[in-house]
Amino acid sequence: MIWNVVSWALLLSGAAFVIVGGVGLIRLPDFFTRLHAVSIPDTLGAALISAGLIIQAGLSMVALKLLIILAFLLFTGPTATHALAKTALHGKLAPRTRNPEKTP
Amino acid sequence: MSLLVLLGTMAIAIVRLNRLFAVVILFDIFSLLSAALFVSLGAVDVAFTEASVGAGITTILLLGALSLTSKRQRQISWKRHLPAILITVAIGILLLFGLSDLPRFGDPEAPAFGPLYSRYVFGSPHEIGIPNMVTSILASYRGYDTLGETTVIFTAAVTVLGLMVRGSGARTWSGGGMDHHLILRINSKLMLPLILLFALYVQFHGDYGPGGGFQAGVIFAGGFILYCLVFGLESVQSFAPAGLVRVLCACGLGLYILTGLCGMLLGGNFLDYNVLAHDPLHGQHLGIALIEIGVGTTVAASMFAMFHAYAGYEPQA
Repeated sequence: MIWNVVSWALLLSGAAFVIVGGVGLIRLPDFFTRLHAVSIPDTLGAALISAGLIIQAGLSMVALKLLIILAFLLFTGPTATHALAKTALHGKLAPRTRNPEKTP
Repeated sequence: MSLLVLLGTMAIAIVRLNRLFAVVILFDIFSLLSAALFVSLGAVDVAFTEASVGAGITTILLLGALSLTSKRQRQISWKRHLPAILITVAIGILLLFGLSDLPRFGDPEAPAFGPLYSRYVFGSPHEIGIPNMVTSILASYRGYDTLGETTVIFTAAVTVLGLMVRGSGARTWSGGGMDHHLILRINSKLMLPLILLFALYVQFHGDYGPGGGFQAGVIFAGGFILYCLVFGLESVQSFAPAGLVRVLCACGLGLYILTGLCGMLLGGNFLDYNVLAHDPLHGQHLGIALIEIGVGTTVAASMFAMFHAYAGYEPQA
């Protein structure tokens, strides 16, 4: 019962982060801020949802597989985001700053 | 139902957009959604194929093709499209007309549940003896069809190679431009063995769970393409030269056909695995494993060869 509550709390908070990421993707102004928004569901959302599902699965093969998927996501998600941001900077896409003269 | 609505939305968006990059990404999402749809219908093997082929390798190949053309669709007046529209509408009406002849969903009288169904479903456990019935139908009962599919993939690869490879001067491709991506390089090096291991698992576990030669081949090729993208074409050239890949394309199909011919030489029919070993069950296992390896080799080599053709293509100035 307690584990159920914990797992649902994890699942719901994960879902909340995913929604926040989706809203950010639509609302934020430029590439880098959008990337920042997308990385939230990629890491925190995925981690929380997987943790919730692992508790739901109990001690079994399914839980182990979910754990491996979680590790995979934690490896690839930030790497992809990092590569995207770096490539964008490399391709001379300047981040939007408050006063446009002082772009790095 | 909501998946179907999303699929419809995707299709309309794909038609409406003229930025080709976005269209390719939408196709990717489309495939992923159809994979989810197949899972919800219980067709795990089909979903696996759709996810790996449709959402994985096709997107890479389309992006590769896109890098050779322009980013935007040319504006064409709708009059040029008129014949295509008319044909599509006509075929659509015909299909809708044919829809009325289809049996209801889950109808026990449907032809899919006819004598062939009971033959396969009740025959498979003691004739083939492997737990995954999809593999036994695909590789053994319907071996001819799978041979045809493999030939189609082989033909596609040959066609792409014939169209794209001009002379020997492969473009020195700027894949080495990822030198400054330290994190990407290290992470892909970490992931590559896992991807290849997973491909082998899918290849050899296809008898017991969802998977098989097609999916394994695509995952295998995907791993190599990742390596190519991060470290440049030349680094892969050293252990998988283009010539070897092309030979492997044919070898896989050859292995498939040879397995079939072996059945004939040992006194059975073409693609009859029962005679391959002393025990028909062992023969079936051996035959299925052999042709799955053949399918996997052809698919992996074809996909990689096609990617290589796109990436190394030098447009003639």
